[in-house]
Amino acid sequence: MLSVSNLSVTFSQYEKGLRRKQLTVITDLDLEVQAGEVVAVVGASGSGKSLLAHAILGILPENAAVGGTMLFHGQPLTPERCQQLRGKAIALVPQSVGYLDPLMRVGQQVQRVAQLNGLSKPAARTAVKQTFQRYDLPPQADRCYPFQVSGGMARRVLVSTAVVSQADLVIADEPTPGLHPDVVTETLNHLRELAQEGRGVILITHDIGAALLVADRVAVFYAGTTAEIASAQDFASGNLRHPYTQALWRSLPQNDFVPVPGTQPSPEALPVGCLFSDRCPWVTEACLPERPALRAVRRGLVRCIHADR
Amino acid sequence: MLTGEGLWFRYAPQLPWVIQAQTLAVEPGEVVGLMAPSGFGKTTLAKLLAGYLAPTKGRVSVDSQPLPRRRYCPVQLVFQNPELAVNPRWRIDQILREGHPPQMHQLDALGIHSGWLTRYPHELSGGELQRIAIARTLNSQTRYLIADEMTAMLDANTQALIWQAVLDYTRAHQIGVLVVSHDWPLVRRLCDRILDLAADQDHCTLVSGVAE
Ligand code: SF4
Repeated sequence: MLSVSNLSVTFSQYEKGLRRKQLTVITDLDLEVQAGEVVAVVGASGSGKSLLAHAILGILPENAAVGGTMLFHGQPLTPERCQQLRGKAIALVPQSVGYLDPLMRVGQQVQRVAQLNGLSKPAARTAVKQTFQRYDLPPQADRCYPFQVSGGMARRVLVSTAVVSQADLVIADEPTPGLHPDVVTETLNHLRELAQEGRGVILITHDIGAALLVADRVAVFYAGTTAEIASAQDFASGNLRHPYTQALWRSLPQNDFVPVPGTQPSPEALPVGCLFSDRCPWVTEACLPERPALRAVRRGLVRCIHADR
Repeated sequence: MLTGEGLWFRYAPQLPWVIQAQTLAVEPGEVVGLMAPSGFGKTTLAKLLAGYLAPTKGRVSVDSQPLPRRRYCPVQLVFQNPELAVNPRWRIDQILREGHPPQMHQLDALGIHSGWLTRYPHELSGGELQRIAIARTLNSQTRYLIADEMTAMLDANTQALIWQAVLDYTRAHQIGVLVVSHDWPLVRRLCDRILDLAADQDHCTLVSGVAE
């Protein structure tokens, strides 16, 4: 359904004295999403996961230049096409109710999304009613303003907007931080259901634990590139390929809680070779002259030259 | 010792109680977890203990002294979202110098790059800014740290790195820590003792993660 390959995003900024500075924040990023599956995109802040969402939705700022290819149903996603599809074939489940219009009742907002997708007003109203019912939102919720709904209800309203849009591809951006475990599970289950209806779902999160509860596959981003794409089972079964993915897994409090020291390199100071080389326990001379390519190892994809050891 | 005794709180007389009859204590150097279902007012309780809000009834004290109104508060609170905790118009080094500046090796331990110091808050990512907000609290005037979903926005590796640095510091300086979080594995890993507001009592004592 969606195929992203070699995506790059470069920002140009004017510094003092009108010197132009190019900042490449995404390099060689790859991702595939099929109908009916949940793909989690996991990474630290600054790893490029939100920018990927913005690129797919065509909402990058003007000073961003996009390279590589993005195909949606086999056709290139040009800026014009992104705009046509956004909110229709491709929908975003935003991070918080902050994305809703604070002055408009939530029912009305969801209805508006349905109408934008070509439903007549009565049909849209019915769709909202059905969707609210499906998500156990009380009928009064319809008439609430965003600030009046509780955290759990807000999550359901936000999912509702994606559901009434009939989108093929749903992108959920950090839907769970700091939420109560019950609300997390509920939100993730809703995403799972959307995939079961045949949609493709991208779950963007920094929370590996949440990702593994629901995803079929997990793409791990590091410093603007895809470090590894693994199946969800690879984590618990110890089949991880990239040393960074292994480190992320080990650092969970329910595992060893032992982190790798250091931070992601900043886009201004990316190493020539492997982006993880300054923190990698396996690093050798061979890792330094150029970026490792994404390659298949044990039925997953990994950007590490020593991954098959 | 940090104590909250018989704490009640509501925003206005006609509004319902958010906190009712809560009493809790944190010893110097101790790491205490605070768990409760949503709607139990955990964040409000954190704000009362750090002096961000005044209790409607009851009192908060450190070593039997009430919290100071004007001076630096010995109880420091770090939230989930650092954007709200720093002055957006100040440079990072200014933010860190306000009050009691942390030492260089702590900045290192928290993974703070020297390059960040000359930037402004909006030029850092949420994770980077959170390290700044934490670094700011790790100084000789802080006796208690309240971490309200402090690392909920961070990836697992950064979370573990930050907690390692924070606990090294608080252990060395006998700072008491209250961990407010929904993340049960994290609370279990970090805390010497866990309070469950819903159970209305200190119902279980766990040995902290390292000894498990
Ligand atoms: S390519 Fe080398 S430095 Fe990079 S992750 Fe693999 S072993 Fe580590």
